[in-house]
Amino acid sequence: MLTDLTIAEARDALKAKQFTALELTEAHLGGIESLNPRLNAFLTVTADQAREQAKAADAAIARGEMRALTGIPLAIKDLFCTKGVRTTAASMILSPFVPPYESTVTANLLRDGAVFVGKTNLDEFAMGSSNMSSAFGPVENPWKRRQDQNAVLVPGGSSGGSAAAVSARLAMGATGTDTGGSIRQPASFCGLVGVKPSYGRCSRWGVVAFASSLDHPGPFARTVQDSAILLGSMASHDPKDSTSADRPVPDYEAACRRGVKGLRIGVPREYRADGMPAEIDALWQQGVQWLRDAGAEIVDVSLPHTKYGLATYYIVAPAEASSNLARYDGVRFGQRQDGGDLTEMYGNTRAAGFGAEVRRRIMIGTYVLSAGYYDAYYLRAQKVRALILRDFNDAFQKVDALITPTTPSAAFAQGEKMDDPVQMYLNDLFTVGANLAGVPATSVPAGLDSNGLPLGLQIIGKPFDEETVFAVSAEIERAAGFSALPQIRAGA
Amino acid sequence: MALDPTTIRRIATLSRIRVEDDQLAPLAQELNGILGWIEQLNEVYVDGVEPLTGGAQMAMKMRDDAVTDGGYAEDILANAPDRNGAFFAVPKVVE
Repeated sequence: MLTDLTIAEARDALKAKQFTALELTEAHLGGIESLNPRLNAFLTVTADQAREQAKAADAAIARGEMRALTGIPLAIKDLFCTKGVRTTAASMILSPFVPPYESTVTANLLRDGAVFVGKTNLDEFAMGSSNMSSAFGPVENPWKRRQDQNAVLVPGGSSGGSAAAVSARLAMGATGTDTGGSIRQPASFCGLVGVKPSYGRCSRWGVVAFASSLDHPGPFARTVQDSAILLGSMASHDPKDSTSADRPVPDYEAACRRGVKGLRIGVPREYRADGMPAEIDALWQQGVQWLRDAGAEIVDVSLPHTKYGLATYYIVAPAEASSNLARYDGVRFGQRQDGGDLTEMYGNTRAAGFGAEVRRRIMIGTYVLSAGYYDAYYLRAQKVRALILRDFNDAFQKVDALITPTTPSAAFAQGEKMDDPVQMYLNDLFTVGANLAGVPATSVPAGLDSNGLPLGLQIIGKPFDEETVFAVSAEIERAAGFSALPQIRAGA
Repeated sequence: MALDPTTIRRIATLSRIRVEDDQLAPLAQELNGILGWIEQLNEVYVDGVEPLTGGAQMAMKMRDDAVTDGGYAEDILANAPDRNGAFFAVPKVVE
């Protein structure tokens, strides 16, 4: 099956002219046609555009001009602006929006010859951990519980559509964004590799903003090597993003082959949640053992402020969101609801255009920034954020990378954890620290739970040292030999 | 610091989000649940800690204050809900 190939395998086969880019794209479009009505992973399918890009890729291959991703079908989270293709952020307020420009990350992928098969579903404005807050309906996780085939599981979120698409073989890789865990948590839930690079590694220009100091674009793929190929294309210095890092992009694919011999790997003792399933703890210990067996030195470390990460995040992220989402006022773009005067028009537009979770976060953010409460909430959270960064810096004096579980549970069913917002927020317990500190982190599929659902391990590295993170991730992948397949996939 | 319906009304106005009267009480309950959970940050000793604004461990870059791009009025107006010639049309602001 063409849809079962990795990006690296497809790249070599395209170069050897074993099949054409158009055939590869058609195979994925066929999968989308048969499975997307069920999965709802794509909000927009760009079949015609994909065929044109695939033909251009074949012409480039014929001329001997192959680039890193020539002819590779990818899915794009519908948070990345794509020129001439509707970009909704899964929100009613942006439902009519067609960007007149291309985000830097997607422009980099197109420069390298990628084919875009469509725009993927997500939690509205990337706010959520289940894809249940999308204005265009939930996404089904392609994996099923062994003992309960009827349960419809969530793919995680916010990049749920991207994760479901790559898992179900509807695309070979995808872009996501990670503000508190929105790449790593769905990667863990769908049995994929997800990479949140260092803050500043991938430009945020043209990505619909949620919380600017925490938003990180990054890739999804089915192997560590594929995710390294994707990040190598997505990453760049971009003068249009003032927080973009002016540093060379290393050869991430080569870093995957480095091994872990002699590396010092930290095990943070605070990453143990109350009520965390024993099998997740066991998988974590297994991961530690794999690295020890491969020649790494294991070191116990402490990140004492870990437990305050989520509460800090739920002040900082809504505060930034309330500011970033002020632009959606119905005046210059997006869906407008009329009112008697301008203020009423704003209120009506935003009440109709935003879903419940987005309205909740804007209001929390407005409150923690408001006169009289700023110091007690926002300023205090920024100070705790500084302590969380200090924890990571202290740990990285002693070790080269950290290993932790990615999530405190495997994928849950649609409708679960919906009654209490705080229960949903706890999904990001282990992932949010890397966003607050801006350090790179991956999730790598490492095993299955007793229900047959994938579980990921998280590797966290020093700022801008994605190479070590890839080296450790590749070792986990090698040792785990994860070969399970989702029940719902193209060609199955 | 529990929020009452009057405070919720004030936050909704500041947020420019219309909230119906019958939604004030349930919204207060939800937001109080979240804020009550956030209060755990009061346990942390933060005296003398410099607040951290962002994930980028680098100085902000400067650039020349010069126009480097533009001239896309038609592209930008293509997404306008309402327009009048080369301008965005909005409800009357000044009587």
